[in-house]
Formats: sequence, structure tokens, C-alpha cells
Amino acid sequence: MTANGNIVTIRNLTKLYAQGEIQVTALDNISLTIAAREFLTLMGPSGSGKSTLLHIIAGIDRPTSGECQVQGIDVAQLNESQLADWRNQNVGFVFQTFNLIPVLTAFENVELPLLLTRLGRAERRKQVELALDLVGLADRAKHLPRQLSGGQEQRVAIARALVTDPALVVADEPTGNLDSHSAQDVLKVLQALSTDAGKTVIMVTHDPKAAAFGSRSIHLEKGELTN
Amino acid sequence: MTIPSFILKNALRNKRRATLSVLSVAVSLFLLVTLLVALRELTLPAEDAGAELRVAVRNKISIANLLPARQRATIARIPGVAAVTPFTWFGGKYKNEESMTFAQFAMDPKELRTVFGEAKMSEESYTAFEAERTACVIGKMSAEKFKLQVGDKIALESTVYPVTMEFKIVGIYSGTPDDRNMLFRQDYLDEASGIPGQVGMWWLKVKSAEEMPRVLEAINQAFENTSAEVRAETERAFQLGFISMWGNIKLLVTLISSAVVFTLLLVTASTMSMAIRERFRELAILKAIGFRRRELFAFILAESFVLAATGALVGVGGAWALFTYGNISTLTNGLFPMFEVTPKIIGIGCLVAAMLGIVASIMPSLAVARMSVVEGLKSLD
Repeated sequence: MTANGNIVTIRNLTKLYAQGEIQVTALDNISLTIAAREFLTLMGPSGSGKSTLLHIIAGIDRPTSGECQVQGIDVAQLNESQLADWRNQNVGFVFQTFNLIPVLTAFENVELPLLLTRLGRAERRKQVELALDLVGLADRAKHLPRQLSGGQEQRVAIARALVTDPALVVADEPTGNLDSHSAQDVLKVLQALSTDAGKTVIMVTHDPKAAAFGSRSIHLEKGELTN
Repeated sequence: MTIPSFILKNALRNKRRATLSVLSVAVSLFLLVTLLVALRELTLPAEDAGAELRVAVRNKISIANLLPARQRATIARIPGVAAVTPFTWFGGKYKNEESMTFAQFAMDPKELRTVFGEAKMSEESYTAFEAERTACVIGKMSAEKFKLQVGDKIALESTVYPVTMEFKIVGIYSGTPDDRNMLFRQDYLDEASGIPGQVGMWWLKVKSAEEMPRVLEAINQAFENTSAEVRAETERAFQLGFISMWGNIKLLVTLISSAVVFTLLLVTASTMSMAIRERFRELAILKAIGFRRRELFAFILAESFVLAATGALVGVGGAWALFTYGNISTLTNGLFPMFEVTPKIIGIGCLVAAMLGIVASIMPSLAVARMSVVEGLKSLD
């Protein structure tokens, strides 16, 4: 977090894609700040650039120009290896399709990011149990993903995102594959991460009801902020 | 969970494919080991002290051309020669067999002990072989195969000489590299065939390895410009020359082995590519949560290694167990009395498996290294 309380500072961010000979502008000169502990929702129609913006903030994509500082670090300036370390320590990912490893149990899926740390087995166990407890799935630790419901799978994915205690949690349409009841559960967990656990949560969604769980919502259209 | 257990779980996630991949590697390595052992057995004569000092002398024109018996005295007089015996191919068929089932050679019984000293037989058998005109001794493998015992009488119809001869078995020997041959007396063959004074080859024993080159040269020179020029060579050289008459066995086996290894590589590379392609999404997630390219490469390499190593364990280990504890002589109908899987051949099998593991993982690793997280994630939605 920077001195002014912002965890993300974006200045004049542009992202261009080449589709054959045509150049597509995914993000057009965007400037934005996101405060620490904020639950920000990014809304907009398909192709508006909201996922691209999320990917750049999370360090899995690079801007064509402009600056994206997360916790004071210009993410675009890091090399591949530094970026991988940075993501492991600072960002938790939640995706629409859960993306759990099917051959690993819920416990092992959550433990996965910790294999990159220097934590011992006992410490890893403690953190995994804490993360699973936080999403209300301590009793499902030994279940394989196929033995869990969609909502439970997504909560395991949230636990995996949390386990390294990152400052930032990014969620790309996390309720897109869930029924309304499970979606509510997942959104409440994400909301609690922001309000109770002090995480900054950035969520991409199409759904205004989901966006209502956030503390702030911004809209993108054709790569530009509209509010 | 540990990194090795994570790799193992990934390698075994599709158990049917993993099993089939391991089996294809195992069968190919088994075949490779079998070919290498066969090549070794065909091209390498026994490395005993007897073989080192043994010399085969044959007609320079062809092994099928006979030599005059009078050459013996000349050879025996050459300094360094310890003993010399005729060694004449009889080509006899036993009972109603369609073709010859074991080789028979006529020789001087007094020289059996000196020229083929590794043959182990009772003292009574040696004495009887020297004393009885119709006596013969037979290798243990043939004796067991045809249920022959000392005291039995057998009749053999020659495919070389126009004669059927009767023999009395006086001894069963063992301990030679090829305990299948039957040996009988040259004087009995001379008498029965009615064409004395000719022998198939000479086999002799040289007193020391240092004298070998000089003895070989002396024998070759002794019969130069005669009606029966000879070629004297060591047992090893003779056997290699004999093998070469079959064609270029070494080249053939090398070509088949290369084809086996190449096919193996295609199978393993294809399996690994499929396994990784199916998991592009997961690998993108692993990248996103902080795994670096080199760690993903290590995962893929280790997974490929696990498959190849398990295949090697089953294939090379299976070949070793079968050829060490199985009765290869019976399995090959006596073609290979010995079939030793040497540490070198095991090493070659394991090395091929290791190379396979590395090469098969290169293409999927490059694909994963080139894949950006966003590209991988796009395949999710």
C-alpha cells in the first residue's frame, strides 16, 4: 500500500492487440486508483476491456503503454521470473471455471501456491486449514473437486487465492458458472475478504446483483472508463 | 503434499493411458535389450583362457573345402604349438529328424583334454573315448534334450559322407560355451567313409598368447603355394568370420534397434504432448499463481521421466529376469546356450529410457514456456 492509501495506481494505460493486420484497442488511456481494502467491481459488456484491465493489474498481461503500479511496484517493469514471484506473494486468483486440479484434494489444491514458499509442512497445513475454514469448507478438505458442488469448488478456489495471504484478490466472473444460491455464498465470502480480512478485491462481472456486493463499481466500454 | 507426490499424481491421472505408455516403453526396451544381448552372444566368443589360445585352421578357399591329413605333422612341428587335432564336420541326422539337430565333429580323442580343456567329463569317459573306436562324447544340453545317457548307442546318417555310422556314448561333457556338440574319433570316420587322408579343419592349442601371432604366420606360410593353402586365425576371429557369413548381422541389429528407439521416442513424445495439451489450462493457472517456466519444465520432465523409468524398470528388468532365470536354451531351441544381460546392456537400456524422458518432454515444455497465462486462460472460457 502506498502512502496515500491506494494499492493500485494506473496512469494512461493502453493495451493494443494485433488481430491479423487490424489493431484492436482493448484499453484506451485509462487512469484509475484503487484503495486498499476496497471491493471494486469492474462492469461492462463483452469486449469492453474489463478482463484485460484485471489481467494487467494481476501481472499476467502487460500494457502497451502507461503505468500500472501495485503496492508501489510498476508491475510491467518486472521480468517473467520476478513477476511469477510477485504474483505468488501478492495476488490471489479466482476464475469463472474454478480451475482446481482434479487429481488433488481440496486441501492439496489450496496448498499448491504454498509449495513455492519456504514454509514447512506443519506451517503449510496450518495456513491451508485456516483458509479452508475461512470459506467454510474445513470439513471438505479431503474431497476431490468432482466430489464438491460448483459453489464449494469456487470456495476452494477462493481459499487457494487466500492461502498465501496476498494483499490483492482478483476474481474474473467468479459467479458465472454458479446458481444464484451458490453465487450469493461466494459473493459473501469475497465481500468478507474485503470487510473482515482487509484484502483488496477486484471482481469482473456482468451481473449488477453481483456488483452490488462491491464497495465501488466502475464501468468500461470500448476500452474506456465511462464513470 | 510434496512436489514429487504432485508429479506422481499428475503422471497417473489417466491410469489407462499411463499403463499403455509404460507398457509400450517396456516392450520396446525389452526388444532393444533382447537385440543387444543377441548381438553380443552372436559376435562374442567365450572369453575363457582356452579360447584365447585356440586357433582354427581352415582351407583358404572355403571352410567347405577339406584339408589333407598330412598337414598335421607340419603344424605340430611349428614352435609354440602345444597340440593339434583334426576337426571334421560330419553333418549327421539323428533318428528321423528332418535336419541336423546338433553338430558332430570327428577329432583326435587324445587331444580333447588339451585343445578343449574346459570340457568337464569323468576320467573314465576320457579313457573310454581314447580306447574305443566307436566311442563318442556328447554335450550335456543335447544329451538332456534327446534323453541320451552314457552307454546308449546312436546311429547318425551323414549329409556330407555317404554313410550311416553307429556310435556308443562314453561320456557327457559340460562347461564349454556350447554344450551341444557331439565329438567322435577321426580314425573311425576315415574307416567308415572309406575316404581317409582328409579332414575338415585343424584346431590347435598354442602354448602362450605371446606366441600366437608368430604361430599363425608360420602356419599360413607353411602351406603357401601348396594344393591346400590354409588360413589360420584365432578362435574369436574365426567365429566372427563365421558369423559374417550370415550377412552383416551387426548392421541389421543396429538398424532394428534404431527403429525400435525411434518408434519408442514417437510414442513417448506423443503421449507427453497429449498429456500436456489436455492440461494447458491447469498449467496456465500454475503460472498465474507463481510457478515459473523452469518449475513447469521440471514438472513435465519429471513426469516424462516417471513414465520412461517405469517402462525401463518393467522392460529392462523383465528382460534381465527372464534371461537370467529363464531357460533360454530351451526357449531358443538351443540357438543361444547363454543369453547374458550384462551391466553394460542394462546401462544402455536405462540410458535410452533417460534420453527418451528428456527428449519427449522438450516439445511440451517449449509449448508451455511459450504459452502466456492469458492465452492459457482464454482456453478456459
